[in-house]
Amino acid sequence: MLDRMELLRLVERDAKLNSKEIAVMLGASVEEVEKELDFLVKEKIILGAKTEINWEKTDLESVVAMIEVRITPIRNKGYNHIANLISKYDKVKACYLMSGGFDLMIIYEDKNLKAVSSFVSDRIAPLEGVLSTTTHFVLKKYKDNGILFEDSSNDDRQAIIL
Amino acid sequence: MSIDYESKLSDAVKVVPPSAIRRFFDLANEMKGEVISLSIGEPDFVTPWTIREAGINSLVDGYTHYSPNAGYIDSRRAITQYIERRYGISYRPKDECLITVGGSEGLDLAARALINPGDEVIIVEPCFVAYKATVLFARGIPKIISTKQENNFKLLPEELEDAITDKTKYLILGFPSNPTGAVMSREDLEKIKDVLLRYPDIIVLSDELYCELNYTGSNPVSLACFEEIRNRVIMINGFSKSYAMTGFRVGYVLGPKELIAPMTKIHQYCIMSSPSMSQFALIEAATNGDECIAEMREEYNHRRRVIVNGLKEAGLDCFTPYGAFYAFPSIKGLGMTSQQFCEKFLVEKHVAIVPGNAFGECGEGHVRISYAASMNDIVEAIRRLGEFVKEIKEGKYDA
Repeated sequence: MLDRMELLRLVERDAKLNSKEIAVMLGASVEEVEKELDFLVKEKIILGAKTEINWEKTDLESVVAMIEVRITPIRNKGYNHIANLISKYDKVKACYLMSGGFDLMIIYEDKNLKAVSSFVSDRIAPLEGVLSTTTHFVLKKYKDNGILFEDSSNDDRQAIIL
Repeated sequence: MSIDYESKLSDAVKVVPPSAIRRFFDLANEMKGEVISLSIGEPDFVTPWTIREAGINSLVDGYTHYSPNAGYIDSRRAITQYIERRYGISYRPKDECLITVGGSEGLDLAARALINPGDEVIIVEPCFVAYKATVLFARGIPKIISTKQENNFKLLPEELEDAITDKTKYLILGFPSNPTGAVMSREDLEKIKDVLLRYPDIIVLSDELYCELNYTGSNPVSLACFEEIRNRVIMINGFSKSYAMTGFRVGYVLGPKELIAPMTKIHQYCIMSSPSMSQFALIEAATNGDECIAEMREEYNHRRRVIVNGLKEAGLDCFTPYGAFYAFPSIKGLGMTSQQFCEKFLVEKHVAIVPGNAFGECGEGHVRISYAASMNDIVEAIRRLGEFVKEIKEGKYDA
């Protein structure tokens, strides 16, 4: 019997695995795995598969900002309306409704500070219902999506241990 | 004038033979760094951070002294609470629990506390190498039961009954097993318990080091779970395998106070107390580590299936292991001893695995493959193994 949660944990950790490899690891048949993966994609439980890249090691110049947004919910539409509008921008990498001192947290990526600043002042601030914004720039990434950027652990075990 | 050192040594030390695979050991050590190692009996995971942090914090707080001989009471309490949660059995932290330097110290303490010269100890092979050695060091007589692949390397009740004599002092049982990966279910253990009920003088040393690495989906189970014999079971356990804490060197023994007290007496003179830092780390492990164990177990289970599947594709006969992190396939019929097979495989394909005879004579004809290694290494090593087996069958290595 295929364990859905185990399958999801597995493909979340390694999106490169093919159905046959997954089937072996989970003790299931290839057909079972493919059927379940199809279902998970159809139900939008699996949304896609990406490669984790440390862009800081490339020549690409980019800036990541975390933008806190305070908003007034719009009647009958709550927070969703503004959150959905903001999420439409490709360079918005994440948008979360938050508890605490502000309402939306936006993770935004662009080529430089000026581009981020124009996005905030020209796109976010003028939106109806937006009360204020606070922008924080990411200086260095240490860990993203559970992956350490500088993992210094090495295998120091002895050659044979009985 | 030269000294004849050999004549100065105790008979007990001399009677323990050098490892049957010493030559292979040397070769593997020489080639370390150039080979894929599936020969390591310890987790490849680094100890979970919160556990390491608890150890570090104890140093920051100045806990750098001896602890009480049996261990800090808070550490012992964390252990007994963990055992109650996982096995459903209770021990008193005060006098039924002793914190040791790894599980191996527990084996040694039991041997020294229980054995008089000439006492027999039943050992179920293939097994962890320290079982026999600790008995011999204590001048006991190992009485070997050879388990068989056709019985899934489990101990059968009739095999136990046949091995018992009026000199039997105790039985050492280590399941899930290093090196076979075999497990004994509650039903299997119940049959062993029924035999032991007929021999009320026999003590049981139950090595539970791999208890959390059981892929049958059941909770850990031990002979200590049976109330009728619990008063003669010493449970040996530790944190090395379940929590990837081998370097912390911390384990424990649980049992009736009448047996724990003499073991504590030996421990207090030889060790004093187990490392204080490790005792603080274990509190975090035993109290909050269940999730870490579950994550590691799931990862091992994936690797286990990949190994077993790969061995079958390579044409090797392997019973399905359900515990620990080892597979123990048979290489019989390939015209090589275990040692020849492993040496040749190491030299030709640069993969280290362990000859089965390192774990007892009945391990001959098998090899131990550890899956405490990365998935990439496992997949590549198994690919090379398939290639190697094919070449043997084609006669490439015929003398």
